[in-house]
Amino acid sequence: MKDLPKEPLSSEITPKAVYVNRREFMKNGALALGTAAATGSALLWLGGQGPPPDVPEVAAASADNPLIVAGRSYDVPDEAQTPNRDVITYNNYYEFGIDKDDPARNAHTLVTRPWTIQVEGLVARPQTIDVDTLLNWFPLEERVYRMRCVEAWSMVIPWLGFPLASLVKRLEPMGSAKFIEFTTLLNPEQMPGQRSPILKWPYVEGLRLDEALNPLAFIATGLYGSVLLNQSGAPLRLVTPWKYGFKGVKSIVKIRFTDEQPKNTWAIAAPREYGFYANVNPEVNHPRWSQANERRIGEFQRRKTLPFNGYADEVAGLYAGMDLRANF
Amino acid sequence: MAVTNIRIPGWMRLEGILTPQRRKEPWPWLKPGVFFGSLVPLVGLAVRASQGELGANPIAQAENELGLTALVFLVASLACTPAKRLLGWTWPMRLRRQLGLSAFFYALLHFLTYLVLDQFFDWEAMLADIAERPFITVGFAALVIMVPIAITSTNGWIRRLGFVRWQRLHQLVYLAGILAAIHFFWRVKIDVNQPLTYAAIVGVLLAVRAAFWARKRYGPKPAPRAQAVRR
Repeated sequence: MKDLPKEPLSSEITPKAVYVNRREFMKNGALALGTAAATGSALLWLGGQGPPPDVPEVAAASADNPLIVAGRSYDVPDEAQTPNRDVITYNNYYEFGIDKDDPARNAHTLVTRPWTIQVEGLVARPQTIDVDTLLNWFPLEERVYRMRCVEAWSMVIPWLGFPLASLVKRLEPMGSAKFIEFTTLLNPEQMPGQRSPILKWPYVEGLRLDEALNPLAFIATGLYGSVLLNQSGAPLRLVTPWKYGFKGVKSIVKIRFTDEQPKNTWAIAAPREYGFYANVNPEVNHPRWSQANERRIGEFQRRKTLPFNGYADEVAGLYAGMDLRANF
Repeated sequence: MAVTNIRIPGWMRLEGILTPQRRKEPWPWLKPGVFFGSLVPLVGLAVRASQGELGANPIAQAENELGLTALVFLVASLACTPAKRLLGWTWPMRLRRQLGLSAFFYALLHFLTYLVLDQFFDWEAMLADIAERPFITVGFAALVIMVPIAITSTNGWIRRLGFVRWQRLHQLVYLAGILAAIHFFWRVKIDVNQPLTYAAIVGVLLAVRAAFWARKRYGPKPAPRAQAVRR
């Protein structure tokens, strides 16, 4: 006769050790989870994993300020334009921090109105010009240029602005002027990066006067159809597409004409690595990395870097007879 | 070597959490906790990459994060012995092997990102980089040094090599630490605060070892009678 089993099956019995230690297992499990969480968050913090800047917000800010443009004078027809969100969130603007997305996060503290540009040195009339006055002097044109950073990445950007040559002629430099020097705003309250001496502030850049008069040299006041955002160098900045990006001095407050070659900020910081000319040159490597190729932002494969960033026809003549290895 | 010879450590089987511990070890939660925490940077990177949240230059971003995480683990593994000798803590010693292996794991991912995603198997460019760019030379050297250390990290290899030889081999990690810190320092364009901080920590951790070594070598000798007895 079969009775109902009085005992549960052996497989159903919780092992005694587990039964006894259930509380300890739970405690150890919780401690393991806590340790994992603490280790993980410490690593995320130390390893530099943070959320990207709020792109829709900055994009909307730029869409609020459309500009009227007379026409497009230069183009890079066979190369895709870099998406706007990349152009306005991937910036080297050490006045607002050294990470690429720092300027997009921090540049909102920059006040761009009222804004004046001081003109001095070897000019007929030294003067201080309100930026809105200056912007009314010239019709805005759109120019799509390649932008090659000395760090071996590049973009294609539709700038808005006017030729630097028009501005130079209007400012009437004296015949003795050989160079033009630009200076960025110095204001550690608005520019948190200037509170630490990683570079000699304010940022200074310069061009030979014949370079400044080359039709390619451009003063940008906008990009992608809108007024420049602060992280892109508002309210006005230099664009010299045949040179490495650091020549493109941002948020300009001073223009000086001089007969001496200006001492530009990066050449002061590391004279072996950054020169005055800074022409894009795949033949002359940066001491610490190759300049032979570049990563176009948004593309997977690297592409070959072109002499003068593809603008040799327009500018190579400026450097005829010069040793471009010595004058890098 | 037969597969059966590989023994999965108790902490990997979550002994003390899911099942009773066979061999009593204090804090059974420590190793699995740190292990799962160590995977967080990789998971975080993968999640952000899949959502397109690595910024405009995702390859460079991944390279930087993986490299920095590798350096953090390397420094942590170098800190275990000084923590025991200076503070009397023993628990970091139980983590040393897995911290070192995590350092190697992230360093390898860092290198593979450079090789596969950044250079896309452009061996010529990569060899030129290693030969001509000092910061890449030292970074690559640090990785190469870590390979034998990672391979011989098991108890089996300690037995096979003998402890003294094994220890001598693993002391190469000091060199890897120095090279990794230099790699970071030379890579940065201008703001060297963060690389200098890591270099300083590596320096202090090695100086502590040097001090203990010097005291053992040149410090007061143990009482002579101990030797007399042996003779």
